[in-house]
Amino acid sequence: MRLINRTPGRLTATALGVLPFLAILLIYGLASQQRLAENPNDKLLPGLEQMTAAVDRMAFQADRRSGDYLMWVDTVASLERLGLGIGVAALMALVVGMLNGVLPLVRANLAPLVSALSMVPPLAILPILFIVFGLGELSKVMLIVIGTAPIMMRDVAQRVRELPAEQLIKIQTLGANSWQIITRMALPQVLPRLIDAVRLSLGPAWLFLIAAEAIASTEGLGYRIFLVRRYLAMDVILPYVIWITILAIVIDQCLRFTNRRLFPWYNAGGH
Amino acid sequence: MSFITVKNLWKEYGDQVVLENLNLEVKQGEFCTLVGASGCGKSTFLKMLLGQETQSRGDLLLDGDTFPREPDRHRGIVFQRYSVFPHLTVRQNVLMGLELEQKPLLGKLFGQARKAALEKVDAMLDSVGLTASAHKWPHELSGGMQQRLAIAQSLIMRPRVLLLDEPFGALDPGIRADMHELLLKLWQETGTTIFMVTHDLHEGFYLGTRLLVFDKVRNDPHDPQAYGATITYDLPIGQTDRKLLADIDQSVSETARNQAA
Repeated sequence: MRLINRTPGRLTATALGVLPFLAILLIYGLASQQRLAENPNDKLLPGLEQMTAAVDRMAFQADRRSGDYLMWVDTVASLERLGLGIGVAALMALVVGMLNGVLPLVRANLAPLVSALSMVPPLAILPILFIVFGLGELSKVMLIVIGTAPIMMRDVAQRVRELPAEQLIKIQTLGANSWQIITRMALPQVLPRLIDAVRLSLGPAWLFLIAAEAIASTEGLGYRIFLVRRYLAMDVILPYVIWITILAIVIDQCLRFTNRRLFPWYNAGGH
Repeated sequence: MSFITVKNLWKEYGDQVVLENLNLEVKQGEFCTLVGASGCGKSTFLKMLLGQETQSRGDLLLDGDTFPREPDRHRGIVFQRYSVFPHLTVRQNVLMGLELEQKPLLGKLFGQARKAALEKVDAMLDSVGLTASAHKWPHELSGGMQQRLAIAQSLIMRPRVLLLDEPFGALDPGIRADMHELLLKLWQETGTTIFMVTHDLHEGFYLGTRLLVFDKVRNDPHDPQAYGATITYDLPIGQTDRKLLADIDQSVSETARNQAA
């Protein structure tokens, strides 16, 4: 049988999927053990023990100086920035993308600008944001907005234009005005696609968040990682990275679930 | 004065002539079927009736006035595919037109008004045989049922003209026969003027009251687009016989071959 026709069963597929994770864990564990055996104070590859101790210190004991539970403070601060940034970006994408997609006059006017903006490397304008908006929350949120909104705008406009031309004619023969075409035909069909666009934009959004926090912040997941880097505190950095990954996965799956629940027709192949 | 008047109508795209010198008068309540080879301007003519395209020359009049230049609620359309809304259930799809008409801003009906509208919707669904599927999504319907839905969606607006662009082209032959029966029934009930484009000559031959054959009279083998099509036969249905059908069939097939060459 050809290789392309060999499909794994359920159990085999799960086992195959878990395997790389186990392999990484195993290799890391062995390497860590070896280094710790040579030097119990080694910082580069901390063992499970050191990492649990670090997590316990960061998440479940009040910081001696500030009295805060640092990991939670960091998490809340980062998620606030991320949520605000991606929320504003999604809203802007919906409005601009919708108008660009539906109205040829607006498209002629705005589409070139949106295309050009989406080509600007967002990190290159981070200094501008810090100068204009200061080092506070606003500049970090703005970086996420500027980094993700233009691409989502283009995506939404594209999705609107992909709606079959037949539908657009049909709704006009039912007497719809332009506003009704947007609210009753385009918007409900674009919303699930917007959620998909947000899911794709979350990766870049995390990148911009951590970059902004690394440069100027007083709390946040990215800030903490870059702060403890000075002490080579891999026992903090590694759990933080894992925690960020878990957060990203959870957010992504929540959005996927929301999409399925709210738009049953979309996921059942109704588009 | 007739309901729809076409006088010396031409349609050209640059050098390409699609329709040349079309003349036609249609009375209210007629059921015209348009047949012909692909590329002979049937769909273009339908688009002009819809307001999606405008003629290059000549007159196209509705009740003596020029045709509105964009689609409106008086001219319904059913395409071969994609003419129902995937995000609405069957019932909501048919309700849509009534809601749009009564609520220009909100586009939705509530309470008593919605109830009254839904009664009309259910009656319409009943007459196209979709009552049992009222709460299904379009993607759960078969091709034939989707077309029933598209027809119901248009007819609930009581359009003056119903345009059908190869509505049954993608259906199985058996289903097609059912759809013909349904369409004739609805046409008799509503008295709407119908234009139907079809590829299927036989379908055109016995459905409706009038057969319009779009064909090219002249053909330049070196430049197939130099001459446009026009109406070569305009026949009341009932006076047609096998010999004529064979003649038309041959002429249309020849044009199709020339187009393809």
